[in-house]
Amino acid sequence: MVLSGLNSLLTFNQYVLNAYYGQDMALLKALEELHRLSREDFQRIPELAINPLGDRIINAFFPEGEDQVNFRGFMRTLAHFRPIEDNEKSKDVNGPEPLNSRSNKLHFAFRLYDLDKDDKISRDELLQVLRMMVGVNISDEQLGSIADRTIQEADQDGDSAISFTEFVKVLEKVDVEQKMSIRFLH
Amino acid sequence: MEGTELAVQVVGTWLALVLSLILLPSAFGVSLGISEVYMKILVKTLEWATLRIEKGSPKESALKISASGGIIQRDESPMEKGISGHRGRDFELSDVFYFSKKGFEAIVEDEVTQRFSSEELVSWNLLTRTNTNFHYISPRLTMVWVLGVLVRYCFLLPLRITLAFFGISLLVIGTTMVGQLPNSSIKNWLSELVHLTCCRICVRALSGTIHYHNKQYRPQKGGICVANHTSPIDVLILTTDGCYAMVGQVHGGLMGVIQRAMVKACPHVWFERSEMKDRHLVTERLREHIADKKKLPILIFPEGTCINNTSVMMFKKGSFEIGGTIYPVAIKYNPQFGDAFWNSSKYNMVNYLLRMMTSWAIVCDVWYLPPMTREENEDAVQFANRVKSAIAVQGGLTELPWDGGLKRAKVKETFKEEQQKNYSKMLVGNGSINTESS
Repeated sequence: MVLSGLNSLLTFNQYVLNAYYGQDMALLKALEELHRLSREDFQRIPELAINPLGDRIINAFFPEGEDQVNFRGFMRTLAHFRPIEDNEKSKDVNGPEPLNSRSNKLHFAFRLYDLDKDDKISRDELLQVLRMMVGVNISDEQLGSIADRTIQEADQDGDSAISFTEFVKVLEKVDVEQKMSIRFLH
Repeated sequence: MEGTELAVQVVGTWLALVLSLILLPSAFGVSLGISEVYMKILVKTLEWATLRIEKGSPKESALKISASGGIIQRDESPMEKGISGHRGRDFELSDVFYFSKKGFEAIVEDEVTQRFSSEELVSWNLLTRTNTNFHYISPRLTMVWVLGVLVRYCFLLPLRITLAFFGISLLVIGTTMVGQLPNSSIKNWLSELVHLTCCRICVRALSGTIHYHNKQYRPQKGGICVANHTSPIDVLILTTDGCYAMVGQVHGGLMGVIQRAMVKACPHVWFERSEMKDRHLVTERLREHIADKKKLPILIFPEGTCINNTSVMMFKKGSFEIGGTIYPVAIKYNPQFGDAFWNSSKYNMVNYLLRMMTSWAIVCDVWYLPPMTREENEDAVQFANRVKSAIAVQGGLTELPWDGGLKRAKVKETFKEEQQKNYSKMLVGNGSINTESS
């Protein structure tokens, strides 16, 4: 059908973006029904495959326990990276908080650390993510001290783990909007 | 019976026309101007079609996202700047932002896998196969499209197949005959004549229009010619303007027959499959070949696989370790008239050739670049990159450091390890980890 010519994620994206920004609802509906992506589709992207956090990022697209993500899910995850100023265009004061608000962007980053989804970043989880980012180049002890220091600085309620509120507090001075936004040229 | 008599007469006239109007002039390198007229009509038609499409849907053209321009704003600054710090800074929870943003940028717009599928056109060229985004515009346009289909499939296709058949048969017969002669300058001259004639016929079989630039830098004997690779037709395009010694694997089937015939007339370098694995052996044989200054220049495609002609990917260093003079050549096809890229995972050879023969035409530019040699302080990889840049700049192609082999294979773990190493250096840059709270 419409999707017969798509053989890469990029072509899919261009379709999606064309449809999304062109408000082509018929196409959006068609894409919603038919196309599904698996983890292998993502892993085929070389620049993503060499990203130290590649697996965590790919994981963010897939709902709990599922191996396929449909178009709607894909766009929802992607929407976290829309620039915040885009919200000016669609002022829906009574609607739910947009996915690309500062708070939701931070929540997305929090979930990259929170491996078991218990709304806390434990020392163990922090160590695992750190290990992904540094590979074999730093010893266990050094990594351990980094993790300890980070938790010590952030932890306010003394449970040796970082909750989402504590996470937000630590990052209150960081320009989240700029660091977690992708601007489209058009 | 009248039916068969008529059929025989038609076929006879047809062959006679083809012979006189196309084959004989090709043999003498003369052009009757028929293809020029065809190209002019084609260009005018496509321009008209583009105007109609733009008039018919102004909103579409405003939103069209050009594949080559990129759809997102990318920050190409290195990791240190991206994580905003100097070396020796401490880990922060926000470090994960950098990697996740880079990851998402790769998902939205991936520089690599798009090169393994055909380039998207900015405006439709009336071929069904390139019709991705274009909706129905007007009855006139549809009529022109239908006319185009008829012309391409019912007139051009049979014509081109006839020409291709003649071209290949002449090549095989001609080279076998020349191969019987003893080695002499006459043999070489005849072999060149046979090659050039057959190549010109085959180019006509694709309605090829080729512009050669800077012919003064044409590859000389005893050198190595390197070019970017888009399709098997690249070979045809280059050999129409000069004779080369091919390098490659021995194939079976039709390709094998052609290869065996060609090697009788002049020395090409064909390898058995088992020999290809032994890089040392390959390099030695190539070195022997170029040492003999009377032998034709070797033609090599260092990318190792077909790329879609929007970029130049990593040049494998093997060809640059042989020594000798390198003659770089840039080949750029005009996608408006036909897509020359061979997507080998999607189409096999026969399918591909049929698609070629049912396109409008193959139009391309060939630039010969000044010869290069490896400098004292350069290793093979740096030399390969230098040549690659020269070709990319001349052809107006993007330069990518990625290996064309990624078409089929997974990317090596070493690249990820490199990123991890860079990040680790940032954390321990000054030799110690700051374990006290700042």
